[in-house]
Amino acid sequence: MSTQLLTYLFVGASFALYIGIAIWARAGSTKEFYVAGGGVHPIANGMATAADWMSAASFISMAGIIAFAGYDGSVYLMGWTGGYVLLALLLAPYLRKFGQFTVPDFIAERYYSKAARMLAVLCLIVISFTYVAGQMRGVGVVFSRFLDVEINTGVIIGMVIVFFYAVLGGMKGITYTQVAQFCVLIFAYMVPAIFISMLVTGNPIPQIGLGSNVAGESVSVLQKLDMVITDLGFNEYTSGTKSMIDVFAITAALMVGTAGLPHVIVRFFTVPKVSDARLSAGWALVFIAILYTTAPAVAAFARLNFVETVNETSYDGTAPGAQQTPQWVQSWESIGLIGWLDKNQDGKIQYGAGAPFEGKPTFSDGTGTSGQRIIANAPTSSANEIYVDRDIMVLANPEIANLPGWVVALVAAGGVAAALSTAAGLLLVISTAISHDMLKKTIMPNISDKQELLAARLAAVVAIVIAGYFGINPPGFVAQVVALAFGLAACSLFPAILMGIFSKTMNKEGAIAGMLAGLVFTIGYIVYFKFMGGSPDQWLFGISPEGIGAIGMLINFGVAKGVAMATAPVPENVQAMIEDIRIPAGAGAGHAH
Amino acid sequence: MVIRAQVFFGGNMSTDPTAGDTPATQDTKDAYWKANIGLLAKLMVVWFIVSFGCGILFVEQLNAFSFFGFPLGFWFAQQGAIYTFVALIFIYVFRMKAIERNFGVDD
Repeated sequence: MSTQLLTYLFVGASFALYIGIAIWARAGSTKEFYVAGGGVHPIANGMATAADWMSAASFISMAGIIAFAGYDGSVYLMGWTGGYVLLALLLAPYLRKFGQFTVPDFIAERYYSKAARMLAVLCLIVISFTYVAGQMRGVGVVFSRFLDVEINTGVIIGMVIVFFYAVLGGMKGITYTQVAQFCVLIFAYMVPAIFISMLVTGNPIPQIGLGSNVAGESVSVLQKLDMVITDLGFNEYTSGTKSMIDVFAITAALMVGTAGLPHVIVRFFTVPKVSDARLSAGWALVFIAILYTTAPAVAAFARLNFVETVNETSYDGTAPGAQQTPQWVQSWESIGLIGWLDKNQDGKIQYGAGAPFEGKPTFSDGTGTSGQRIIANAPTSSANEIYVDRDIMVLANPEIANLPGWVVALVAAGGVAAALSTAAGLLLVISTAISHDMLKKTIMPNISDKQELLAARLAAVVAIVIAGYFGINPPGFVAQVVALAFGLAACSLFPAILMGIFSKTMNKEGAIAGMLAGLVFTIGYIVYFKFMGGSPDQWLFGISPEGIGAIGMLINFGVAKGVAMATAPVPENVQAMIEDIRIPAGAGAGHAH
Repeated sequence: MVIRAQVFFGGNMSTDPTAGDTPATQDTKDAYWKANIGLLAKLMVVWFIVSFGCGILFVEQLNAFSFFGFPLGFWFAQQGAIYTFVALIFIYVFRMKAIERNFGVDD
């Protein structure tokens, strides 16, 4: 059977599974729609959280980023897992005890303020839309490469599938599809990783293979990689190029941002008990760690394989004394994710440090002397001739390692599962924020449960359409604003929730002032450096926009504390509520309105 | 990593042993909260050391050592910190269960 057919089969079967689950797990009340009825088993919730959390970025992009960044890529590994410690220890159990539906619910009641609720809703919507646009794009990319359809058609198919289970099933539908999606994505990630680890090191466990010797040689993978790429003019793989303070700040911002992401936090509202919220966060991190400890191994193997199979190969196989460039290079070139500019006209691909030409490749019609697509970009002075999009490292891995067609098909299904599961989780918190926080709790408090449920479904439809629009017409700034999602969560929601639990003296004025100060500073900094051409030597303490959320968080804490000391104390009934959420006993099964 | 109950309960180990059967008093609640904060503080210190400490601040010094074929600092940054995070959450889960049962505030 051809790889193409197998891919259709795998992706189609996984879709049928998701739709089947959606029909089985329809939501009948707002409680089912918002928190899956509040009775999800901690292990199931752990899997759902892992799928919710691991997006197209984790599945497709992360190993590729690490492959090219080496040690510097550690910020993502530590940042996106360390946040779960904060979540499990500092937030999840108390929010579960609080027992309502949304993050703005907590902010509003703890800070006895509608303004605080609106501010939280605003942060939540910006964070979630920023994030969801990238997911839809991820679905489109997988479709266009593996199923040979237009990226836009791929996005629309993705929208239809998400529509089915998010709108029908709400949180209940999403939870059980996410469990299935986790199984698909982790299997799809591990199978090629194990194959490649065997191939490169002879050890089937990638985490151990990364520290082993290259098969048949007496040098370790990391040592060899350091040697090979420094010969090509790159920095050592195992040491970084970013400044230590920047690595520190980015890691901190990603950890804190992770713990403050609304679509992750709400997953812990779905378990029966406070202790289950902790346990469930533990399981979530176990499931996430399987992928996150494999990714650095995949990254190193892929980089090594890439250098060894591509560098100094002959594109059309005619250059003397060189092997022919592998076929996958041309398949990825055909969709524009690889570009080769034969600067020295020798028909061979030279790989090295530095960009091969200015910007992302744009192609002219026709082909060059070796049959390659002609690059229209202006060449740079570096000796490097090849442009590689980082995203292809995971997707092309099975081909690079010559794995059978069904592995390629599996990876396609896994990539789609990762993107869809995260998109659905994000769309759900957006629709909940609109139907619950804006309508029910603010504008139209008298609507019935049925009407609220209908509003939630309509809001989900609108959110899916907007997300799909962003997927088809990706705003040029998507890549740049990912920093914004984490920065916003780190500087606004996380500190407000944390102080709400651990400080009995933090009042409404302090919390709102803190959130505003954190937001203004963080957004201002990111906009200045990402959109207004601020140069890196102006960075505050040498911290890049990706890491500035950590400083925004500190500003939030400082301003909040100062303002709280100068304004009215927290009312008695709110103090009693804080006392109550600190004690696990009596959590019940969440509030039914 | 072995954490002994006494470390966290301190003087509170002598709390009324029947506490589990009666609604928690304000004193019990305060003592419970103190025990929780004490445990949190210790775990957060470990969290900081393995990630920001071993993986970032002292990564170069640690890279001088080899650990199962990895430079040690690099291993912490890309493997060890993550394993430790998982362990920390489960230690918290089990320690909190015990603390809550002791103070009679479990769910």
